[in-house]
Amino acid sequence: MNFDFSDDQKQLRDQARKFLTEKCSPKAVRAVLDGKAPYDKELWKGLAEMGFLGVAIPEDFGGAGAGHLELCVIAEEMGRANAPVPFSSTVYLAAEALLIAGSDAQKKKWLPAIASGEAIGTLALFEGSGNPSPKTIKLTAANGVLNGVKKPVADGAVADFAVVAARTGSSRRDGDISLFIVDLKAGGVEVKSLTNLDPTRGQAEITFRDCKAESLGAAGEGWSILTQVLDRAAVLCAFEQVGGSDRALEMGRDYALDRIAFGRQIGSFQAVKHMLADMYVSATLARSNSYYGAWALSTNAGELPEAAAAARISATQAFQHCAKNNIQVHGGMGFTWEFDCHMYYRRANAMALGLGSLSYWEDQLIDRMRKKNAA
Amino acid sequence: MNFDDTPQEAAFRETARAWIAANAPKQYEDELRKSSLGRTQLKNANILEVAKGWQKKKAGAGWACLHWPKEYGGRGSSPIERVIWQQEEGPFGQLSRMFIIGHGMCGPTMMAFAREEHKRAYLPPLASGEKVWCQLFSEPAGGSDVAGLRTRAEKDGDEWIINGQKIWTSGAHCSDYGILLTRTDPTVPKHKGLTMFFLDMKSPGVEVRPIKQASGASDFNEVYFTNVRIPDHQRLGEVGDGWNVSLTTLMNERSAIGAAVSTGFPELFEYCSSLMLNDGPAIEDRAVRSKLANWAVKASGLKYTSMRAISALSKGERPGPENSIGKLVAGSMIQDVATYALDLQGASGVISGPEDAEVAGRFQAMLLRAPGTRVEGGTDEIMRNIIAERVLGLPGDIRVDKDVPFNKIPTKGR
Repeated sequence: MNFDFSDDQKQLRDQARKFLTEKCSPKAVRAVLDGKAPYDKELWKGLAEMGFLGVAIPEDFGGAGAGHLELCVIAEEMGRANAPVPFSSTVYLAAEALLIAGSDAQKKKWLPAIASGEAIGTLALFEGSGNPSPKTIKLTAANGVLNGVKKPVADGAVADFAVVAARTGSSRRDGDISLFIVDLKAGGVEVKSLTNLDPTRGQAEITFRDCKAESLGAAGEGWSILTQVLDRAAVLCAFEQVGGSDRALEMGRDYALDRIAFGRQIGSFQAVKHMLADMYVSATLARSNSYYGAWALSTNAGELPEAAAAARISATQAFQHCAKNNIQVHGGMGFTWEFDCHMYYRRANAMALGLGSLSYWEDQLIDRMRKKNAA
Repeated sequence: MNFDDTPQEAAFRETARAWIAANAPKQYEDELRKSSLGRTQLKNANILEVAKGWQKKKAGAGWACLHWPKEYGGRGSSPIERVIWQQEEGPFGQLSRMFIIGHGMCGPTMMAFAREEHKRAYLPPLASGEKVWCQLFSEPAGGSDVAGLRTRAEKDGDEWIINGQKIWTSGAHCSDYGILLTRTDPTVPKHKGLTMFFLDMKSPGVEVRPIKQASGASDFNEVYFTNVRIPDHQRLGEVGDGWNVSLTTLMNERSAIGAAVSTGFPELFEYCSSLMLNDGPAIEDRAVRSKLANWAVKASGLKYTSMRAISALSKGERPGPENSIGKLVAGSMIQDVATYALDLQGASGVISGPEDAEVAGRFQAMLLRAPGTRVEGGTDEIMRNIIAERVLGLPGDIRVDKDVPFNKIPTKGR
């Protein structure tokens, strides 16, 4: 048994960590946080040059053709660094949707542009409050044009193209949903930036008015493709969350070692030690669940739906837990703008919602476990 | 990343599987599979005898204490082979529970510190289950603070005379031998005045009294020592070095990798899958699903954490510190799971008799046994200290009694 990353993959992790430590310091993250730019363009360019944007894109389409385990490794480092770039929207959502359902021409058009950093993509799924469900989709597609409003769309204000979920039938069933690709620079859309919990990752409202769109995958297959995309993205986001959890835990640990109160290191008080020990427990459970998700993703195993839901829940909980208690360990200083703790707190809580909230994934997990038990 | 055996591992698994299929006491398989925390009895047989029989059979064919050297009754197997054996032994592994202390703690301590002739004499019958061992560390005055123990050992010629009391001794009532931590010098700080021995539990002056637990069952005992004589050659380690010797023992207690920890989750999921609530099936209830999902990811998280440690063993590496979370997570989880199962039963959850209770009272038994799991082998709080100090590198507790002679440490809070 080798339930671990290979030496090559670990080397890739070291390489990514070194790169991000240099190019994605907390100062760089703050530039985006403070609204100086919508995302870190220099970093995005660098990620393309390193081959990280196309790590799981086949060589035929301009990628490195490495695979999803390598992408998991990069994802963890992106989460650790709190990278202020549209990585998850472009790489986990848009690129994966294209890989699953794109025609050869669509893949040729968009995947090399993603790998080279020229195109930013996203998934336009949500329409106001509520979790992923075919019932919530009102945006219509007819005669090759889309009409409706999507909100929130992650990185929608900086995206060049979007994969859009649209209604192509009048019932409330899965088969009435189809996917489309929209070139957001070609007109027919109005994009409005929305203030959100985590300013280092933009959110937008996109209004489609007789907007030209191209089908992605077969008509009526939209929901089935989306489910697969969300499962893959759940595993990849889980690695970002694991990276973020580890970093928040380290920050808390380091502060507990440095800070003296009542004449001793605060890390010598059991109340603080036990809080940090519990953070370690959450982070470890999340990592192990995510490894299982990575295995299922990379082997395209039948276990992927269950593994993805478990990784999603566990990693979401861990990141929220570690980010919140990192502030608690820091005390008052943790609640200042100046300290970096709140950047992880914001990211943790924004990420907890992006692919559907915990209650959605809890439901998914139980359904999938029941299905497995019945089989 | 894969879950596949290497060719050698696969061959070993095949051999183990074939031997188990041909030899295991299959008539008990179903009952053992259905056993859960607080409920590991056999209806029509004495589990102690069945366990001893299975252990003896295993030893006869070289399947006992796999990782021990052959000359001491083991098989000389690699750590990964031991894990594969446990996986294959499955429910029959439940029968090894009464040997856990002897095989997991006493054996390794004897191996590290006993004289060669003692090792050859005592270890093989320990491995084969013929002789049962217990561990005599905890005392009324020293639980988490084991080094605070007061049982005295005084030298008398070539012998030591033991007086005092131990408590929480698992299986002492059916043990033949025990390893015993004593205080040989009360005038030095507490960690420095301890010495370890092994002794015959049938020695004159040893009295074992079962403790009736909060659950009503009796797994533990008090053991009294009145002028018990132990020959000096049964000393383990140097005089005054007992603390270091005990660390070897305790390290083994907490590092049993691959040993499945009980979380109660499979039992709860199975129960909820068929349970009907007033408004329909429990498994379709939003609140029930949320609870189940949260425990599901803890259970799977522990399972895959253990897989990571096993992978390290498979590669011949030392597993990382991840495995230290197992007992801490599982202990409080099984208590919560049992509490919730009873909550779902409503008022009838109060019925615990196996004949009248829901699912034969398995969750009631689990609930009553669960508090013990959060205490034995290191309390939740001690486990958190261990993670904080050894894994995260946080400072140890400030120990106010560290440099004080033992006999000057206060013994009363108020």
